[in-house]
Amino acid sequence: MNAVATTLRQSWVITLRDLKHWQREPWTPIFGIAFSVMLVLMFGYLMGGAIGLPGGGDYLHYLLPGIFALSMLFGIEATMSAIADDSKKGVTDRFRSLPISAAAVPLGRAGADLMNSAVELAVLMVGGLLIGWQASGSLGATVLAVVLLLWLRFAMLVLGVFLGLAFRGEGGVTAVQVLVWPIGFLSNVLVAPESMPAWLGAVAQWNPISATAAACRELFGNPSGITGGVLADHALLLAVLWPTALILVFVPLTARAYRRLSR
Amino acid sequence: MPVPPLVARGLRKRYRDTTALAGFDLTVEPGSVHALLGPNGAGKSTAVNTFATLTRCDEGEVRVAGHDVRREPAAARAAVGLVGQRAALDEILFGAENLVMFGRLHGLSRSAARERADELLRTFGLLEAADRKVSTYSGGMRRRLDIAVGLIRRPALLFLDEPTTGLDPRARNEVWQTVRQVVDAGTTVLLTTQYLDEADQLADRITVMNVGRVVADGTAQELKRRVGGDRVLVTAPAHADLRRLAAVLGGVADPELREVTVEAGPGGGAAALTAAVRALDAAGLEADDIMLRRPTLDEAFLHLTAAEPAPGTQRSEGAHR
Repeated sequence: MNAVATTLRQSWVITLRDLKHWQREPWTPIFGIAFSVMLVLMFGYLMGGAIGLPGGGDYLHYLLPGIFALSMLFGIEATMSAIADDSKKGVTDRFRSLPISAAAVPLGRAGADLMNSAVELAVLMVGGLLIGWQASGSLGATVLAVVLLLWLRFAMLVLGVFLGLAFRGEGGVTAVQVLVWPIGFLSNVLVAPESMPAWLGAVAQWNPISATAAACRELFGNPSGITGGVLADHALLLAVLWPTALILVFVPLTARAYRRLSR
Repeated sequence: MPVPPLVARGLRKRYRDTTALAGFDLTVEPGSVHALLGPNGAGKSTAVNTFATLTRCDEGEVRVAGHDVRREPAAARAAVGLVGQRAALDEILFGAENLVMFGRLHGLSRSAARERADELLRTFGLLEAADRKVSTYSGGMRRRLDIAVGLIRRPALLFLDEPTTGLDPRARNEVWQTVRQVVDAGTTVLLTTQYLDEADQLADRITVMNVGRVVADGTAQELKRRVGGDRVLVTAPAHADLRRLAAVLGGVADPELREVTVEAGPGGGAAALTAAVRALDAAGLEADDIMLRRPTLDEAFLHLTAAEPAPGTQRSEGAHR
């Protein structure tokens, strides 16, 4: 068997293990999904009435693609805490003592987490359609939007594996759980950056998840809340480039963090 | 001549301001149990992690089953099983699932992994607990499963890093039993331990290490002998003439304890004891108590590790990791 096939086979064993965790203790993924659903309801109904959109449009239609992107960002916590947990319990060391590819463990994790996120997206989309969200784009555009969301999730995965390896202590996971909030909210997912002070709006506009959210709105045919700026013209391109850039930076850093375990 | 399962030469490893290994050598003979005995922070785990390719040392050479761990890490890994200090099991998976997963990662087919898992569960008395989450296992069961995982690919050499630390005496006995089983099945075992009786019970050969280097090496008997032979202790009655007693027995008197110590000659402890009784009898002397004392491994250990730490090293390096 060649090296790539062997690595994929080993990764699949790890993916099955991670999926079995969810099967046996389903509350973690269920709460993850319930949390995103709660955000939709909170912002859609509780606060949405008070939120206006530059350029007009229904807030609920604006909100859902934003929540999709936000849930991809929040996925980083699950990845990081799973990786940190394995290191802490010595499971990572056991994997490292086996004659298996160094890429198999993170790839296996990636497989499981991507499946989890795909299910979460499906639940959010169906739930969204039930409460009146509309995706009026073509089938191709809809598929592309889903692919872009998962591409963002993959970048968050790489980042999560890196953070899990680099900051294994209790504090690391907690810090990320707190930090994802300002990072997630300082974007266009919930409100239009144009409603913010100019400097803050500029930061929000350049947030990687803003690009994915804006691209999805475009592809789903939802209101963009954008009347000008870089995302008005290049949302799709940026939604491809941002995650790609993060992946290119953090894959080598992750490999380094993995090697440094044998310091 | 068969290749020794493990040969380490001149290992050195520094963590920031502490020395974990300071020129460490070790050879493990095939088919034996070799114990690395040392206090906390002696460098035992660093040594084992280096052998198992988890840690890279700064200097020195390690060959596992003839493979250099630096140049052929994959081949070296394939030849060993590692059972680390913490039970590295998936708590949420069942016992059997853990074995199957690690078996599959070792390249076994699904059915072969299942077969091997069954075999190991039976061998280690875990068949009944096979389909329970590991989080419900007792400490001893976890350890046994942990050792079973280390044996999936029938490694030539199994590393057991402090296999009984934190276990109650009963679980400890279970693990000892398991280790004996493993050795009987032909696997060479290198175990680290802080417990002298563990090394005494299990090991054919003991390497005592302290602050990153070997301070003594030999069988339990040899190590004990290095501390001195057997002694006969005779306690004198309240008003007996201690000096006369010492003269009759040919020993040394301790006025404070009112005891006479007689070093056993080449004939051994029993002969010395008999001779002491006869001498007392012949001289018409009485004793409150007569006993034979053998040096314990504890004494040997204290004696051997009492040496000054080398300059620039600390005793507590284990605590930083």
